[in-house]
Amino acid sequence: MNQETASERLERVSAAAYRIRHHALNMGEVQGQGYVGQALGAADMLTAVYADQLRYRAEDPEWEARDRFLLSTGHYAIGHYAALAEAGIIPVEELDTYGSDDSRLPMSGMSTYTPGMEISGGSLGHGLSIAVGIALGLRHQGSAARIYNFLSDGELDEGSTWEAAMGAHHHQLGNLTAMVDINALQADGKTDTVLRTEPVTEKWEAFGWYTQRVDGNNMADLLQAFDNAAAQAAVTGRPSVILCDTKVGRGVPLLEEREKAHFMRIEEHEWQTCREQLTAGFEGTAGR
Amino acid sequence: MSTTTTAVKGTAPKLKTSAMIASFADADQKTASAPFGHALVKAAQENDKIVGLTADLGKYTDMHIFAQAYPERFFQMGMAEQLLFGAAAGLAETGLIPFASTYSVFAARRAYDFLCLDSAEPNLNVNIVGGLPGLTTGYGPSHQATEDMAIFRGMPNLTIVDPCDSIDIEQAVPQLAASDGPTYLRLLRGNVPTVLDEYDYTFELGKAKVLRGGNDVVFISSGLMTMRALQAAKALAAHNVDVAVVHAPTIKPFDAATVLAEINTDRLAVTLENHSVIGGLFETVASAVVTAGLGKRVVPVALPDEFLDAGALPTLHDRYGLTVQKIVAKVLAELK
Repeated sequence: MNQETASERLERVSAAAYRIRHHALNMGEVQGQGYVGQALGAADMLTAVYADQLRYRAEDPEWEARDRFLLSTGHYAIGHYAALAEAGIIPVEELDTYGSDDSRLPMSGMSTYTPGMEISGGSLGHGLSIAVGIALGLRHQGSAARIYNFLSDGELDEGSTWEAAMGAHHHQLGNLTAMVDINALQADGKTDTVLRTEPVTEKWEAFGWYTQRVDGNNMADLLQAFDNAAAQAAVTGRPSVILCDTKVGRGVPLLEEREKAHFMRIEEHEWQTCREQLTAGFEGTAGR
Repeated sequence: MSTTTTAVKGTAPKLKTSAMIASFADADQKTASAPFGHALVKAAQENDKIVGLTADLGKYTDMHIFAQAYPERFFQMGMAEQLLFGAAAGLAETGLIPFASTYSVFAARRAYDFLCLDSAEPNLNVNIVGGLPGLTTGYGPSHQATEDMAIFRGMPNLTIVDPCDSIDIEQAVPQLAASDGPTYLRLLRGNVPTVLDEYDYTFELGKAKVLRGGNDVVFISSGLMTMRALQAAKALAAHNVDVAVVHAPTIKPFDAATVLAEINTDRLAVTLENHSVIGGLFETVASAVVTAGLGKRVVPVALPDEFLDAGALPTLHDRYGLTVQKIVAKVLAELK
């Protein structure tokens, strides 16, 4: 196989992001509601991991040497399932069962239900602590696998996140990368009205992490950030964090412009419009 | 018990609280030093998956013995209990067998959510080691885990062990490591009494054992109160009261079959535990009795449903009814 050029890489991953968003819209329509806004906002982060960074075997989700992706924010499962389908770990058709009785795809992600789901998220502020243990355990056993923890800016409210941030730096876990989705929105409203977390960049730097802040909806920037993180870890051994400013509903103007809410209401007749807007936007970008 | 006294002119000497981790061993009692730490080292020699971690309490939970023997298999997590147990779950996710130590109060009260969702729900082999269970320190409610079993009993998948002495601890550690799923050990640390070597006894996870027979009274006990139960049984013999002692160190899953067979007699039934009367051994036994439809009265010797005083352990054990003298008096009153 020929070496992929940077533009080929960007094109490939961007196409995957489009498909993941499309899956998320379809799943939202099945439920009639759900965390579609978050899934669309985080789709580029999830895609960068699954389509570009993660080493895994679709047919063997428990493969010992796999990289680990830990979804701390259980309610982002809709986006994670879409990424797992894109990765071939679960069948695309199964996405229609999202949130239904007896489905392997519950509303809040759980490791005991879904292949490829490493942890049960949902009680916020757990993922990074578990990630520290996995990173320690894999390094102890000589594994070269990397650990990615997806967390939200809301989880920066939790003290446990900062316990883990200290622990990862103390133990020099260069095999760990945290990705923070900063959509500036929490259950009760905008983050800066609920509990001010800024200055976020300076906090992570002060905790000893290699810190980058990027537009989390700009795929080229995201890929560059992952490349930078891997390169620095090989040299310094520090854990990396990629702080990603994202837009709830990204890729669907109808939803981007809607009043921001933790649980976005979408009418039955709007789903098709959403898909059309997504496709038009993607094709427009692709044609540029 | 090891305590210090101070004599004030004209008054009775007052006992001092002494160190946080004052030993509850009697002055002339046979003890073993740091049985948990040595047992963990021994288990680790046979199983290279075993690792240890603590939240800045290695020296106070006997984990330092393991850390000295296996520095590369020991992880210091700092005074961060949520991280301690989140990371323990992560270590178990990679196939390792972590033993994670802190004080029982911090494990049960502070880190519950992390134990429940990160270890118990996925049923990982995470072994919680909790120091200062029940009334084993005079430092007051911040350190006295009088309700740890009440908190933990409701957690699905969790095995709970309340050992009596150094023998129990030495024999329990490898069994905890070998058992699937999370466990909680109510740690006795430092110079721990050696009691059960005088009986035909071995620790078996999930089993209660009859240590001695007796025709008048049956004691069902766990933890250090089994030591007191055995001492009280000897003392009651002088009053012509014949006491059987059943040691039930595994609180969950509970060996109801063995315990109910002993309770379902005409003897006075007494439970003895180093824990609140709410949610511990007494209620475990009571629910087994009711579930089986036995119309049997059970008398609890347990800590009251209160925040306990600070002070010297002998003073507090007497105040709250855990001493041999108080047990004997209670049994004699019941038999009147």
